[in-house]
Amino acid sequence: MKNKSLVSIDDLSKDEILKVLDLAEGFEKNPSQRILDGKVVATLFFEPSTRTRLSFESAVNRLGGRVIGFSEASSTSVSKGESLKDTILTVSNYSDLIVMRHPIEGSARYASEVGKVPIINAGDGANQHPTQTLLDLYSIRKTQGKLDNLKIVMVGDLKYGRTVHSLLMAMSQFNASFTFISPKELQMPLEYKMYLDSIGLKYKETSELAENIKDADIIYMTRVQRERFSDPLEYEKVKNVYVLRNEMLKETKPNVKVLHPLPRVNEIHTDVDDNPKAYYFPQALNGVYTRMAIMALILGLK
Amino acid sequence: MKDIKQLSVNAIQNGTVIDHIPAQNLFKVINILGLDKINNKITFGTNLESQRMGLKAIIKISEKFFEKDEINRIAMVAPHAKLNIIKDYAVVDKMLVDVPDEISGIVKCMNPKCITNFEKVTPRFKVSDKKSVSLKCHYCEKITDQEHMEYL
Repeated sequence: MKNKSLVSIDDLSKDEILKVLDLAEGFEKNPSQRILDGKVVATLFFEPSTRTRLSFESAVNRLGGRVIGFSEASSTSVSKGESLKDTILTVSNYSDLIVMRHPIEGSARYASEVGKVPIINAGDGANQHPTQTLLDLYSIRKTQGKLDNLKIVMVGDLKYGRTVHSLLMAMSQFNASFTFISPKELQMPLEYKMYLDSIGLKYKETSELAENIKDADIIYMTRVQRERFSDPLEYEKVKNVYVLRNEMLKETKPNVKVLHPLPRVNEIHTDVDDNPKAYYFPQALNGVYTRMAIMALILGLK
Repeated sequence: MKDIKQLSVNAIQNGTVIDHIPAQNLFKVINILGLDKINNKITFGTNLESQRMGLKAIIKISEKFFEKDEINRIAMVAPHAKLNIIKDYAVVDKMLVDVPDEISGIVKCMNPKCITNFEKVTPRFKVSDKKSVSLKCHYCEKITDQEHMEYL
């Protein structure tokens, strides 16, 4: 991975994914290693994303590196009409690595082609967010002790949710079986189901939540957003159907963990938070270790 | 069949005959090859019956010979087109269109939120399905299908 950009989860082989996870494990055991001493990481956030940006910046700081950058585009030369290419070429001069979040899809791939330093995609519109996928994989492996042969239940907006698509693609390398739980309007796109068919992995599609989480190893919750519905009545009908409550977890397996990319709104009731099966806050912490590992590998420091 | 062909489009002395174009894509082929901007003599026929493909179109261009790269540009709209190279009224060579693995600079990405529709970036695609010819954008990773293809 040295000197290579990370734009899409598909850029990584199964071995490279496992290497990131192993290294992240090392950082979790010993998070204060000053291996980024003397390195400058630019965090260019053309749209706000508190969690992702702080997680990256925390990772850099803990490893002894320095951060430059911005958290929204309005205070930068972008607002004067500068092209992305020019911004990236300029910032390449000031940094060893660029972490970028941008609302335009494909912007990260383009930046990786024009930039002189590696780019880590921290989200390009609805397209890709590979470090989220890696931290999801890390959380799954950490809580289940393995990645192979797991039962993954995905709930909520499966149509537009980029995190569930990337996670599906990544977990399909580990012989997972899937259950997709969503309202009809937000079902998993056909291309992903066809892909699972083509590699012979099993999946079940349903709109009923409580009955279908009993055999899950991982319940991956996502937010059902009002703006995804053309008919507001349809939203009102389903908005409370896909809410996970503590009592629903009673009959689930002892090893099951509830994951969520956050921010959560109301799709996980707060009464779940104290259940040991809830894992969405530790999941966010795992993001720091995973991002440490990714940066260390790309900068050739590990 | 032979009669229809002869009635529809006259033979040419030297040049290229592009046959087996899907009738509905005739004008796309003309556009992509820039035939509307050259001074050669061109005749075409469309909605001709074809046993293989229903309705087809045919174009005859005098004194024009295509490079392979040039002709692969029409793979998106006429993947089964056949070219006959004519010298002195006789077919001296035949060419088939190859659907390439990757294309760049021919088709626009249909995703309005794709970087190629915001900055000066040459659109690039992987051909994800050679039969129906659908394209996966190298940048935003969205699929552009036949129905939504716009040409640069």
